[in-house]
Amino acid sequence: MSHPIVEIRNLVKSYRRGDQVVEVLRDITLDIAAGDFVALMGPSGSGKSTLLNLIAGIDKPGSGVLRVGGIDIASLNEAELADWRGANVGFIFQFYNLMPVLSAFENVELPLLLTRLSRAERREHVHTALGMVGLTDRMAHYPSELSGGQQQRVAIARAIITDPAILVADEPTGDLDRTSADEILKLMERLNTEMGKTIIMVTHDPYAAQRARHIQHLEKGVLVIDGRG
Amino acid sequence: MYLIKLVFRNALRHKLRTALTVLGLVVAVLAFGLLQTVVHAWYAGAEAASSTRLITRNSISLVFPLPLTYNEKIRQLPGVRSVSYANWFGGVYITEKNFFPQFAIEPRSYFTLYPEYLIPPEQLRDFLRDRRGAVIGRKIADIHGLKVGDIAPIRGTIFPGNWEFVVRAIYDGAEANTDTSQFFFHWDYLNETMKKTVPRRANQVGVYVIGLTSADRAAEVAQALDATFRNSLAETLTETEKAFQLSFVAMTEAIVVAIRIVSFLVIFIILAVMANTMAMTARERVAEYATLKALGFGPWFLASLIAGESLAIALVGGLLGIVCTYPVAHEFGRAMGTLFKVFEVSNETVWMQLAAIVIVGTVAAVAPATRAARVRIVDGLRNIG
Repeated sequence: MSHPIVEIRNLVKSYRRGDQVVEVLRDITLDIAAGDFVALMGPSGSGKSTLLNLIAGIDKPGSGVLRVGGIDIASLNEAELADWRGANVGFIFQFYNLMPVLSAFENVELPLLLTRLSRAERREHVHTALGMVGLTDRMAHYPSELSGGQQQRVAIARAIITDPAILVADEPTGDLDRTSADEILKLMERLNTEMGKTIIMVTHDPYAAQRARHIQHLEKGVLVIDGRG
Repeated sequence: MYLIKLVFRNALRHKLRTALTVLGLVVAVLAFGLLQTVVHAWYAGAEAASSTRLITRNSISLVFPLPLTYNEKIRQLPGVRSVSYANWFGGVYITEKNFFPQFAIEPRSYFTLYPEYLIPPEQLRDFLRDRRGAVIGRKIADIHGLKVGDIAPIRGTIFPGNWEFVVRAIYDGAEANTDTSQFFFHWDYLNETMKKTVPRRANQVGVYVIGLTSADRAAEVAQALDATFRNSLAETLTETEKAFQLSFVAMTEAIVVAIRIVSFLVIFIILAVMANTMAMTARERVAEYATLKALGFGPWFLASLIAGESLAIALVGGLLGIVCTYPVAHEFGRAMGTLFKVFEVSNETVWMQLAAIVIVGTVAAVAPATRAARVRIVDGLRNIG
C-alpha cells in the first residue's frame, strides 16, 4: 500500500439520544492510500455516512486517531476545520446540494470565493472544471433547468474546483437513473485515474461499488470485511 | 459583491412572500409616519412658539379676563419691549364643522410681535383702515375659498350675535410650522360692540402678549409682572408662549400618549411578521447553509446572508413607506382641515421611520442568523447518512 492519506486508529463515535448513548462507530481502524477509490458499504444505520463525515471533517470523533493528509483533524477548531475543508475536501452529495439561485457557473465558482484568486482566474478555473464534466454549454443554466445527472456533474465540478486531494461522495448516484449514474461513476473513475484524486464513496448500490478499487463493509459500527483489492 | 448578489436573489426566491412582507412594511412604516406626524402636529403650536414672547392670563383661569388698564403698567416693566392683547372669540363660520380659531387683537402691536405672519403691506394697510376688517391665514383662505374683499359671517358664541367681517388681508407663514389657520379682527370692534350690548364685558382682554427685549429675561419679567398685580382683583399668571401652548396640549396628553403607543405597536407587529418571515426562510434553507459550511464558508458569511436579506427587504418596504408618507400625510392634513395648525412630515419623523426600518431588519434576522451560524453540518445535511 502506498502512503496513506487517511489514517484511522481505534476510532469511536457515539451520540447521545436522551439518556441513552448510542455508539455509531466502534474501534474503527482503517488506512486509505492516496489516490485510492474506496466504497463504503453497509446497511442503513451501519455508520458508513458517519465515518465519511468524520473523514471529511464535518463531524468530530469521540476518541481515537483520525489523521487526514498527515493532519490530526480532530484537534482543529471550527474555523481551522472550515479552512481545511475548503482546501482539502471536495463534497459530492446524493441530492447535489446546489444553490438554486445560482447558475451552474456561479455554483462551481462558489468555493473559489474563499481563495485569493482574481475574478479572471476564477472564471478560467470554472471553465476548465465545467469542461471536464462536459457542461460548458450549460454554464448559464440554473439547477432547476438541468437534469439530475447534469446537476450532479455541476456538483462534481464544484467539488474539484479547488483541486482538493480528497473527494467524499455520499450516495452520488442514489438519485439518478442507471444511465446518468453510469456517467457519474465513469466521471469519478476518470477523476481517480487521470487526476489522482482519492475518492471515498458511500453507496448502497453494489453496481456503483464495483467501480471502486476497494470496498469496506460496515455493520453495526464495525468494519467487517476489507473488500476487493 | 457576490454576497450582495446572493442576498438579492435569495430575497426574490419566494416572490409572493417577499411582496407581501414588503407590502406589510410599507403599510406599517406609513402608519408609523402618519401617527408620528399627528403627534408632531399636536405640538406644532408649542414648537413654533417664540422664546422672546410671554403670555399673561388671569391666574384663576383663562376663562376670566384681565382689565385693559394692565396694558400700560406691563409696558413700563423693565425687560418689556412691547405689549399687545387678544381675546378668544370662539365664533362659528357657517357651521360648527368649519372650526378655526378667531382672535380679537390690537393689530398694530400684535403683528409687530408676530413677524412670522407675512402680510402684504397694502393689505395690512387696508385692514388697519377698516374696523370690520379681518386678517385670515392662507390655510383658511384655501379651505373655505375666501379671498380679499369677501364677507366672512361669524356667529358669536362667547360674544353673541351675528358678526360680519370683511377679509382685508391674507397672511402666509414665514416658516413651515407657522400656523396659518387663524382669523384676526380688530379688538376695538369687539370692544365697541360690547360697550353697547354688554357694557360690563367692555375693556376686558383675554391675554396679554409681551415681547421681551431678550429671551434671557423671560423668568425675571414674568415674576415682576405677576408681582405687580398680586393682591389685585385680577391676579395674573405669566408664562412663556411655549409653556402656554403646552398647557393646551397637556389637556389632551392621554390621546397623544395613546397615539404614540399605537405607532410603536405598529412597528412591533411588523417586526414580529418580519421575524417570522426570516425564520421560515432560514428554516427552509438549513441544508443550503450546511452545504456552504461544508464547503468552508464560516458562520459570519451565513449570518450576513440572512441579515442582508432581512435588511434588504426591510429597506425596500420601509423606503417605499417613507415615500408614501408624504402624499398620504398631505391628503390627511387636507381632510382634517384646520384641526391641526400644521400637518407636515418632519425630518425627525423620517429619521424615526429609518431607524424603525433598520431595527426591524436587524432584529428580525438575529434569531435565524444565529441558528444558521450555529447549525451543525451533519444536522443540516439531512440527506447524508
